[in-house]
Amino acid sequence: MTSSTRGLTFYFLVSFFVLFVAFLYGPMLIIFVLSFQGQHGGLTFPMRGVSTHWFSDLFTSSRYGDLGGALSRSLILGVASMAITVVACLFAGLAFRKRFVGSGIIFYLAITSLVVPGILLGLGLGQLFQIVGIRLNWFTSGLAAHLSWTLPFGLLIMFAVLNRFDGAWEEAARDAGASHWQTLKLVTIPILFPGLIAVSLFGFTLSYDEMPRSLLTVGADNTLPIEIANMTSNVTTPALYAIGTVTSFISFAVIGLAFLAIMVIQKRRA
Amino acid sequence: MTKTGEILIEQVTKSYGPVNAVDNLDLTIEGGSYCCMIGPSGCGKSTLLRMIAGHETPTTGTINIGGNDVTNLRTGKRGTAMMFQSYALFPHLSLTDNVAFSLKLNKVGKAERKERGREMLDRVQLLHLADRLPSELSGGQQQRVALARALITNPQVLLLDEPLSALDEFLRLKMRVELKRLQNDLGITFVHVTHTQPEAIALADQVVVMDHGVVEQTAAPREIYDQPHSPYIARFMGGQNVISGMVDSNNAEGTVIIDEAGNHYAAKCADNLNAGDEAKFAVRRDRIRISTQADGHENALTGKVTDLEYQGTFVKVSIETWGRDEFIVHLPDDVFFDSPLENGQMVTAHWNSNQNFHLLGTNDSTGNPAEDHG
Repeated sequence: MTSSTRGLTFYFLVSFFVLFVAFLYGPMLIIFVLSFQGQHGGLTFPMRGVSTHWFSDLFTSSRYGDLGGALSRSLILGVASMAITVVACLFAGLAFRKRFVGSGIIFYLAITSLVVPGILLGLGLGQLFQIVGIRLNWFTSGLAAHLSWTLPFGLLIMFAVLNRFDGAWEEAARDAGASHWQTLKLVTIPILFPGLIAVSLFGFTLSYDEMPRSLLTVGADNTLPIEIANMTSNVTTPALYAIGTVTSFISFAVIGLAFLAIMVIQKRRA
Repeated sequence: MTKTGEILIEQVTKSYGPVNAVDNLDLTIEGGSYCCMIGPSGCGKSTLLRMIAGHETPTTGTINIGGNDVTNLRTGKRGTAMMFQSYALFPHLSLTDNVAFSLKLNKVGKAERKERGREMLDRVQLLHLADRLPSELSGGQQQRVALARALITNPQVLLLDEPLSALDEFLRLKMRVELKRLQNDLGITFVHVTHTQPEAIALADQVVVMDHGVVEQTAAPREIYDQPHSPYIARFMGGQNVISGMVDSNNAEGTVIIDEAGNHYAAKCADNLNAGDEAKFAVRRDRIRISTQADGHENALTGKVTDLEYQGTFVKVSIETWGRDEFIVHLPDDVFFDSPLENGQMVTAHWNSNQNFHLLGTNDSTGNPAEDHG
């Protein structure tokens, strides 16, 4: 292509999107670089050497509270939310295809719940658990708070996924003699699988970095985002950045794995 | 004795809320025959097919296949197999696994499944693509796979839901021949839903024309085309002109009918028609000749040529008339080009009175514009 066909508009748009991406990833990049601050360096530039000191400090020092515990709690919550979300949204999505009475209202109620301020929802959920007489705990009330966030999102994605699902596949399976269970196992779930990975991915990541709904519902033990939020007011070393780099890496790894799985499946079908 | 693959439909109604998609319908489809169900969109033909397949349950009435009452039997257990309009091939399975799907459900071993799946693919000339996925195939190839998948269950009845509608014209004609040949070879009942008249006429032993959830006429294709039961059938199947008028006299010698414009027609109508009754009759478009002089023909009408369309073997001449139906004449091309007509010219169309076919049925709806298929 010659430059004459690429007018001013083209360069303007390119510059715009370069800025856009820089805006998105710039802050993360700064944290990433600063987490490799030298041993005697501070929270800001300039870098005083390059080291992995703050990473090892993070895992050996006791100054940072129960960081390992918070991380493992967040990972467990993430996986639990993911599993419940994907199963619940699959069946909810399949049920909604039947267009039962009131299905429209239920769907809109579910989606609207996303705009309720998280902190308020957490407050109400905490009260509810106490009324019922269940102690607030990260894995009971905490999980419930996370699900209030991941389920509506998952349902929304499930609707998009099912939009491209042809009901004739299931009829063809039943026509060949499949029971409802066989149809689900051999046709519906395998065909929906890439979409289900997307739902799982959202289930995990939304739970993994959820804070407002968790604040008042996790009880005595904190999840990772709350722990990090606390650290920002207590910790004055680049270890703060190191934890940022570590958690970002975990998130990216999960997303990368999910995309890889979808790509492999799509490629096998293409 | 009931023959294998015979389908008996008795007083079947399917209601969706206040609407009866199929309305107290009786129909017998002979075992081993090729049956085409045709009608405009929403006439209930697909619903009926899906009830035979078991994908819908009748609200009332019974369906009997090969001597067994299957009304409430599960789909896949009633000796039917269905080929879907979209083919509905499983996108995650290879062709072999698609075709052998029902064998897997029946716990047939992996090796045998593969062998029988490949055998079936060979039958539809797709063995060389056995390990491909459906998305790698052309429309025509996908259709063959769908056919193979349906036939591997050895059904008594194969149900085809608009099987040719997704193909281009060339492939459609080719597959049409193949379907007919396959049905001949297998000797099982084919029930084929279509909205294309030439398809129904070319394929079927028995044509079922539906309208508003009921069977309007069922007969061999030649009878449907040549002796339509009602104005609706005549218009929908195409190739006919429908003329209505008032009976002037009706006796042993014949019936005289006068239309609004005062044209006289001679026909052979039912005996119970009396002078003053309304009568409708059909005349085939290709049995009419055109003259430029309005001389004393017995069955004739005069009007202005409004449209001329060359169709290869014939020329379609439209003539403006008094009624709501266009009057159309199909003139053989050599006849037309011997003395060509022009738009706007006044002409007289005339025909032999034994071409007038009295329409007994009262269904006067227009059906689909079927002129294009005439």
